[in-house]
Amino acid sequence: MPLPSDIDATSPRYLRDKYAIVGVGETAYMRGSGRTTRALATSAVRSAIEDAGLTPADIDGMLSYQSGDSTFSPFVAGDLGIRLDFYMDVFGGGSSTEALVGMAIGLIEAGMCRTVAIFRAMNGYSQVRIGGTGVRAAAPVSGDMLHSRAYGWQSAGQMFSPTFMRHMHDYGTRPEQVAAVRVAHSEHASNNPKAYYRKRVTVADVLASRIICKPLHLLDCCVETDNGNAIIVTSVERARHCRHPPVLIRGVVGRCNKPRLDMHYQHGPISTVAGRWAREILWPNAGVGPDDVDVTGSYDAFTFTTMLQLEDYGFCRKGEGGDYVGDGTIRLGGRRPNNTSGGHLCEGYTHGINMVIENVRQLRHDADDSCPVGADGRRRHTYDYREGGCRQVRDAEVSANLGWATPGTGSAMVMRRG
Amino acid sequence: MTITAQYLGMPLDVSELDVENLEYFRHCAAHAFHLQACTACDLMRYPPTTACPWCANAGARWVPVDGRGSVHSYTEVHHAIQPAFRGHTPYLVLLVDLDTQKGMPGADEALRVVGNLTTADGVLAPPDMVRRVGIATRVRMVFTDVAPGLALPQWTIDETAEQPAAPWRYPQE
Repeated sequence: MPLPSDIDATSPRYLRDKYAIVGVGETAYMRGSGRTTRALATSAVRSAIEDAGLTPADIDGMLSYQSGDSTFSPFVAGDLGIRLDFYMDVFGGGSSTEALVGMAIGLIEAGMCRTVAIFRAMNGYSQVRIGGTGVRAAAPVSGDMLHSRAYGWQSAGQMFSPTFMRHMHDYGTRPEQVAAVRVAHSEHASNNPKAYYRKRVTVADVLASRIICKPLHLLDCCVETDNGNAIIVTSVERARHCRHPPVLIRGVVGRCNKPRLDMHYQHGPISTVAGRWAREILWPNAGVGPDDVDVTGSYDAFTFTTMLQLEDYGFCRKGEGGDYVGDGTIRLGGRRPNNTSGGHLCEGYTHGINMVIENVRQLRHDADDSCPVGADGRRRHTYDYREGGCRQVRDAEVSANLGWATPGTGSAMVMRRG
Repeated sequence: MTITAQYLGMPLDVSELDVENLEYFRHCAAHAFHLQACTACDLMRYPPTTACPWCANAGARWVPVDGRGSVHSYTEVHHAIQPAFRGHTPYLVLLVDLDTQKGMPGADEALRVVGNLTTADGVLAPPDMVRRVGIATRVRMVFTDVAPGLALPQWTIDETAEQPAAPWRYPQE
């Protein structure tokens, strides 16, 4: 397996293992939240603070990302009585979570604040739909969009599909191989009581669902939902006093991009995505390689995005992503399950932050599935992955989140059990 | 001056501040495709930019470009998102490698120009024409007139060119 040559797992590099995720929080994954994004964000941040065993007074930094579709940090902090030493609300969708974790580490390291809450809140179904319908479809087409939207080339699926099609052309990737991503994530979601879609599907179901835009069937596309999510980042020293065993951040990269991001298709091969560049930072900084990873969170806006990233981050050889996602590796019980919550395809759409939350729980060995809870409040995992059962990965020690914005932009993060 | 137009019932605006796009579409309106060429390194780029992506030089001149090439990749939209396109499915969005400057400056680079598949008159292609096109199909540029100073460059099958025996198409029709 091709890996960067300078991986050094023995010596500290940059800020490896010096920062941790200590709290995670989320609302339900809904269609029709009936609440504002401010209420969703406040609920998620409060849950994450409680999960960490902290109080609002312990939070002095706040970061969020959005696309003109959400509330801002001052309102969430205000609602919780938090006085901030630093806040910033950035423009961004997928791949923002990992990048903001990296920024939070830098802020704390620079002494600008001590403990940072990161949130993403969206009414992605009932207010501003990701697919570009509703409010977004009505805006006049101008500027750079004259070279895309004027051609009916607007939604994420439409914009990414030339990459997916060219991968099929270049490497012989088949629809039924990629459909296996949906099958795996639907199995995982069936063991996740929070997931919006909990029904297991087959490859035949995916291929029989209607074509949205080639090569995407309806079931190759993720769900659109309303939800709020939050995580808490702090130093490893403070993390030792929090409620859960800390989940340590090994390395972060983001938002890393291909050349010509004004229109990334100008630079080929277009069947290669930003992970090809991001991996050169991720693995050396993390001091591990793909073989060391027990569970992945490869962004599944579409089945294809999961496959393309696993391939370009080096979990398999270039061009063999179809085999990798189709051979059982990414399923619970397989060697390296992906998106054990069901991800965007099945749990809910959050622009990636729920995949980080899931991997934090995996590394705590505390996936919130239907396994019985013991007298100590901790789940007794059965590792029986049949429908309605367990979704904890046995002995999970290292995770990798691979965030996606477009074929041209990605972020990633490696975490380990502290 | 700002151009405000309607295309398929969809509002298209080109701001008077957006001098690069105004110039680009002015040439298209004359049915003469032009791109910016850098005054320092001579490389052309697409779509319009405010500096050279290869050498950062600000200067550019507009040069005529032969609108011929082959399909590099595509998507075929069956479920339209925008109301403007709902009556026109399935439609193709093509990424076309121009013959001009293909493989420059890097082997995998090309001027990849976006357009729909249309008839020779610039009307979105009917389904039987859509089914003939895939990766490697030879196409030529035509224009869809929208308003004074604004036409969209589009692609149609180049009936005079030698076509691949079987262009690559997604296996499920």
